[in-house]
Amino acid sequence: MATEVMVRSESDRDVEFAAWFTGLVGEQKLRACIHCGLCSGSCPLARHMDFGPRKLMYLAREGFADDVLGSDTIWLCTSCYACTVSCPQQIPVTDVMYALKRKAIESGKAPKHHPVPVMAKSFAKMVRRRGRMTEVFLIAGLALRSGIHRYLGMTGMGLNALRTGRVSLRRDSIKRHDELTRLLDAVAAHREKVTRP
Amino acid sequence: MSELSAGNGTPRVGVYVCHCGTNISATIDVVAAQQAAETLPGVVISREYKYMCSDPGQEIIKKDIHDLDLNRVVVASCSPCLHEETFRKAVADGGLNPYYFQMVNIREHAAWVHKDMAAATAKANDLIRAAVRRVRLHQPLEARRVPVDPNVMVVGGGIAGIHAALTMADAGKHVYLVEREPSIGGHMAMFDKTFPTLDCAACILTPKMTRVRAHPNIETMTMSEVTAVDGFVGNYTVTVRHNPRFIIEDACVGCLECIDACVFRNGKTQDEFNLGLSKRKPIYIPFPQAVPQVVLIDPAGCIEFRTGKCKKTCVEVCAERNAIDFQQEATTEDITVGAVIVATGFETFDATRLPRYGYGNLDGVYTALEVERLVNASGPTDGEIVLRNGRKPEAIGVIHCIGSRDKNTNEYCSRVCCMYSLKLSHLLKEKTDAEIYEFYIDMRTAGKGFEEFYNRVAEEGIHFIRGKVADVYPEAGNPDKLVLQAEDTLAGMVRQIPVDMVVLATGLEPRQDAEDVRRTFNITCSGGGFFMERHPKLAPVSTFTDGVFLAGACQGPKDIPDTVAQAGAAAAEALALIDAGFIELEPNTAFVVEENCSGCKTCVGLCPFNSISYADGKAQINEVLCKGCGTCVAACPSGAIRQNLFDDDEIFEEIAGVLTNA
Amino acid sequence: MREYDYYPGCSLKGTGKPYEESLLAVFDALGARVDELEDWNCCGATAYMAVDELEAVALATRNLALAEQSGRDLLTPCNACWLVLNKTAGRLSNDTGLHNLVCTALESTCTVPRGEEAAPLTYTGSVSVRHPLDVLINDIGVDAITAKVTNPLQGITVAPYYGCQIVRPLSPFDNQDNPVTMDSLLGATGCTVLEDYPFKTRCCGASQMMTMPDVGLDLVSMLLADAAARGADIVAVACPLCQFNLEAYQGRLSGGNGEPVEMPILYFTQLIGLALGIDKKTLGLGRSFVNPERALAGRSLDE
Repeated sequence: MATEVMVRSESDRDVEFAAWFTGLVGEQKLRACIHCGLCSGSCPLARHMDFGPRKLMYLAREGFADDVLGSDTIWLCTSCYACTVSCPQQIPVTDVMYALKRKAIESGKAPKHHPVPVMAKSFAKMVRRRGRMTEVFLIAGLALRSGIHRYLGMTGMGLNALRTGRVSLRRDSIKRHDELTRLLDAVAAHREKVTRP
Repeated sequence: MSELSAGNGTPRVGVYVCHCGTNISATIDVVAAQQAAETLPGVVISREYKYMCSDPGQEIIKKDIHDLDLNRVVVASCSPCLHEETFRKAVADGGLNPYYFQMVNIREHAAWVHKDMAAATAKANDLIRAAVRRVRLHQPLEARRVPVDPNVMVVGGGIAGIHAALTMADAGKHVYLVEREPSIGGHMAMFDKTFPTLDCAACILTPKMTRVRAHPNIETMTMSEVTAVDGFVGNYTVTVRHNPRFIIEDACVGCLECIDACVFRNGKTQDEFNLGLSKRKPIYIPFPQAVPQVVLIDPAGCIEFRTGKCKKTCVEVCAERNAIDFQQEATTEDITVGAVIVATGFETFDATRLPRYGYGNLDGVYTALEVERLVNASGPTDGEIVLRNGRKPEAIGVIHCIGSRDKNTNEYCSRVCCMYSLKLSHLLKEKTDAEIYEFYIDMRTAGKGFEEFYNRVAEEGIHFIRGKVADVYPEAGNPDKLVLQAEDTLAGMVRQIPVDMVVLATGLEPRQDAEDVRRTFNITCSGGGFFMERHPKLAPVSTFTDGVFLAGACQGPKDIPDTVAQAGAAAAEALALIDAGFIELEPNTAFVVEENCSGCKTCVGLCPFNSISYADGKAQINEVLCKGCGTCVAACPSGAIRQNLFDDDEIFEEIAGVLTNA
Repeated sequence: MREYDYYPGCSLKGTGKPYEESLLAVFDALGARVDELEDWNCCGATAYMAVDELEAVALATRNLALAEQSGRDLLTPCNACWLVLNKTAGRLSNDTGLHNLVCTALESTCTVPRGEEAAPLTYTGSVSVRHPLDVLINDIGVDAITAKVTNPLQGITVAPYYGCQIVRPLSPFDNQDNPVTMDSLLGATGCTVLEDYPFKTRCCGASQMMTMPDVGLDLVSMLLADAAARGADIVAVACPLCQFNLEAYQGRLSGGNGEPVEMPILYFTQLIGLALGIDKKTLGLGRSFVNPERALAGRSLDE
């Protein structure tokens, strides 16, 4: 029977990633994490996550970038801030999660076809162009990219929504959406200058 | 020891430059400094040496004084805070007035704050030159001696205060033990068993309490508080207010019949000693082993106080001794002592500040101290573990670090909670055989016998889950069951565990009025709000106010062994102070040159130590109270106030010395 | 007369339509004027921040700047929009560098109509973004609402569900651990408010219901089961995403004994509207997926 060697060596660590990670919060606060587990304990999604926020941040601190950026923990986070208000070291865990989400997308290491980053990117694209998000088109796009079989179960709900007039079939758009796109382009040029949360 | 008469003779200065190992010599060319000093006017000898503060180093000074007829000494080394005393004593042993000495700090002020050797050495040379110029003007001052009052006061009658009081009383000192509560004993009297030995707290405490009561040298004052402290080390006048218990202490023999006789058939007031888990009558004794064994009346609950129309059955049964006095009033008295030990103890963290744990809302949630009362045989449930809902717990959760190790409440670790949690788990297991779960972040069991205790408790089958509980909520449809949710970090999974009882290991905090108390004693508080010791490593029981010492948890969270050790240490230091018989005062005090004083009174209100008074049109400085801060010297518009060791001429010489090469 | 600008957010024009309908009706009945913010754009919600931080900030800032023009408070009913806008305003006010960067870009690219002209869009940080719970409690007041109640909702037990975004991490108008503003407002309607609802601020799963429905369902089933077990007839909500998540897939859930879950999820504004005597159609009650008739019939209904 084939077994897998579970030992990690120091060369498995991505030191740059670890430094980037601990620099996310001022005064190296991420190094002050005492692993009390309050973040994972208070997280309503932790029961579904591969790591949970605590273990994820521990792995990130040590530089295991692939594990971290490829995890589903990041994408299950719903930004409910239960972790942030619990943390005894006052680490803004939710903001750290957002930074990891962005890093995962930027680095291309986010799990391919995972519906959450797929949705986030479609959302952003739609808003960038039109300034508003129209739910039905977002879901349709998501369904096409993530596998339509997942969303067949939604047809019942979809019909309900149509029946009750709670769905808009018109692509919503703001009047000055050209200005908005220019605004977003203008700030995008300054990406490196953003200060930490 | 005869002193050389230096008086108006030509100054003959010895300069000693210390290497301080490599602390100074790594950044300052000490040989160059020594050579530069040789050339200064008045310098007869200059040397450099590795450790001037060592015995051989000091011997060099003494020998030079004798052999070379020195009448001034300058040592260039570390901070005066460390070794001014050392060198002054060496100079005195060498036969010279110790105030003919000047110390130059070329370590903290030069070697440790600069990197460039040339620049640092030049700076050291400037400083040495300044000192040499100044020391020539020094006068042969005498340290003044003030007698010390031989009595001592201990504020706080918990285990710290009790131990300190007994130690000093055994040494023959008259001790005033001032306690705010109706009985001494403090928090320890509330505990059941103590870790790690599981000694019964009352069994080891009450003999000490009895000794206090019986000791001829201890005057115990309960129901008493310190309201003001005046004076200075060796001569404190403390104002103590005695609050009325409405019982004549000397008349009461503690028969407790008045309690039985009280018109209240059952208690209606929250019993403070049992933390509200039971009720008491308005006439009561805090706990059975109280010292003094005297009851007291609570005017808020007593019908006679509230309406004036009580049958006063209590008075009836006390007819023989007539100990009850509804008219009793508070009294104050001034007590003079030489030293004070502050042993005012701690408070527990208020768990209602953390709503996620449901304390105060959910009946099944208790604080650790409440559980101490539950397991105690003389507690509200006679030692049976019965919950507020009348049931016995089958599953219990103990949550560590409540209010501690948390920037949102208190950042520090409260030190005792891991051990007392283990202790409570053990006791609860013994009494209920319930499933017990300890939720911890780290297990801090560092003391003697503590790790062994941890092992013992672990072997009893208590579950240890490494993860702090995030949420406590009642099961839907079953409000008696509380669900604890935490990440089991060692297993890497979230667990939900339903229990009947939650024990919150609340941390220790300084008392609410710590800020006020510290002002009364003129001491300071450090981070966390506890009283501050003079030095965290080397002076843990004294404060920056001479004569005021600290003992016990008021200085920082600690357990009983450490408290007793610290109380003994505080007693020893207080005894050392008292037994010396006198206090030597630093002569760097200010004084008024009367003929120049215009009586403008500018200085009087400025003195932070209240040492300046005004009489017959002139300001007068109490040498004993003066701390030499220099404020009045600087403020006097007539220049009528001067200061020993900091006279204008001396300072100008120093400035001139520094600026010579500027 | 009280006047507010109104920021609906994308959801209130779609699945959250009943919220808009009932909100506008209630504010009208209480004598307040509400005008939709001109050319508002999507706030970015949680999705945009996962893609680009600076762009997400700029997106929200445009709305804040537009709102600032009138000098009125910005009524923001959607919890997520409320948090995004408030958090962004806070960041801009604490971080001068960020403020300057975003506002410079804003002024140079965006405009706002001023009469016949188009003026550059500026932002100085003076607008207040306020949730209707805040406005109703603090500006209008429970007493004023109670005074206008003509149809008290007696005999109905309502569980007040706040969700997470309006209490964490900011809680400027309510208690973070145990919020009570919705409780008070519901109390004014005459219904019985479930006092003991420990999940009232636990996350509903947000957009996970759409992207990972199994996860979303898991979270929602706990919330619904708990409310039902404690005797709630209706769960009141303050956010369109919470409303959708709690309501949309009840068909896929079964209760403790295997029976189907049927818990009406209504906006607190709908319940207030009912108590004020406004008709069901105006309040959007006909748009519910789970029919609230039976639950509401717990008292005599004036229709």
